[in-house]
Amino acid sequence: MDLTALWWFWILLLFIFTFLLGILAVMAGVGGGVLFTPIVGSFFPFHLDFVRGAGLFVALTGSLAAGPGLLRRGLANLRLAMPMALIASTSSIAGALVGLAMSTNIVQVFLGLAIIFIVFVMLRAKKAEFSVVEKPDKLSQVLKISGLYYEESSNELVEWKVHRTWQTMILFVLIGFIAGMFVLGAGWANVPVLNLVMGTPLKIAAGTSKFLLSITDTSAAFVYLTSGSVLALITIPSVLGIMLGSFIGVRLLANSSALCWCEELAKRAWDMGVKYES
Amino acid sequence: MKVEVPKEQLVYARILWYGSIVSIVAITAAYIVYITGILPHYIELTNTPIGWEWLRLVMYGDFLNLLLLTFLSFLTIVCYLAIIPLLVAKKDFIYFVIALVEVLVLLLAASGLIVAGH
Repeated sequence: MDLTALWWFWILLLFIFTFLLGILAVMAGVGGGVLFTPIVGSFFPFHLDFVRGAGLFVALTGSLAAGPGLLRRGLANLRLAMPMALIASTSSIAGALVGLAMSTNIVQVFLGLAIIFIVFVMLRAKKAEFSVVEKPDKLSQVLKISGLYYEESSNELVEWKVHRTWQTMILFVLIGFIAGMFVLGAGWANVPVLNLVMGTPLKIAAGTSKFLLSITDTSAAFVYLTSGSVLALITIPSVLGIMLGSFIGVRLLANSSALCWCEELAKRAWDMGVKYES
Repeated sequence: MKVEVPKEQLVYARILWYGSIVSIVAITAAYIVYITGILPHYIELTNTPIGWEWLRLVMYGDFLNLLLLTFLSFLTIVCYLAIIPLLVAKKDFIYFVIALVEVLVLLLAASGLIVAGH
């Protein structure tokens, strides 16, 4: 049976898959590219270059759709996101250029290695629901990065502040470069860095990470749009699925813990990474 | 209990919300037009042009869809441009500069000057 002849089946499956991915991705603070690219690249009959292009738009549009709800609820913080976004979006352009210039085989090997590394980070990183920041650092005070959010699950207002701001900024250079190169989004790294290094509460880290992707992935999206690497047939159903799923994900994030999803995503991504490497 | 959110954050959220809704509706319609063959497909005939050359081809269903994706991609720039006057009014010089440089970086990426491929 010629599976490619059943194009409508693959498109429908893509839509359902990205819809579910949209719900999970918001709760984990990731774009979804880290799962989309390996899974669709492995199990769907599409060329990896076009899957990567679609993966980038999945991450971008999912975060654009989630952004309003996160910002309105105070689960994403604009003052925290803007400096990190500027650093990451600049370095993601450089990463996208390097990624597109490399041959598909080399990208596949590096993609496998990168995913295994990401899983390692996600599994090993301890997460702090409410971080303790004794004293905010000078830079975060100058940038006025702090806030207050309503924790719906415990019905209380939580005040937060951050530290180690310049160290976080350096890490975002690296995050942006890898994100642009492999089109994996960067939520896998954003959340642990914002949560563990900077001391942002986990929900704010997940929400701000998701929102950040809408800015950082924009620069790489333009590079892909002008490089002929975006195939409408697979990108559009993926975009629609992730956007609709993201609307639901934001509502769920406000009420539940983001912790368990990260581990679930990590386990799934590990299998994909091993498959790519071999 | 309601959390007070800065004005620029609310403005950003509002633009993103309306932009997303309009995009979902428009993209759905354009995709139906594309897969039903109401507009012809280009991608089957030859390779995709590099840069913004494909804008000349929006009469084809696949490139009409790409045009709407491009609109979505520009949403962030529109949001930044909308909050710049608010940052100026608040005399928030640091964030004004960050917003301005971010817009320039995104416009550089959008310019098509940065093109790579294999």
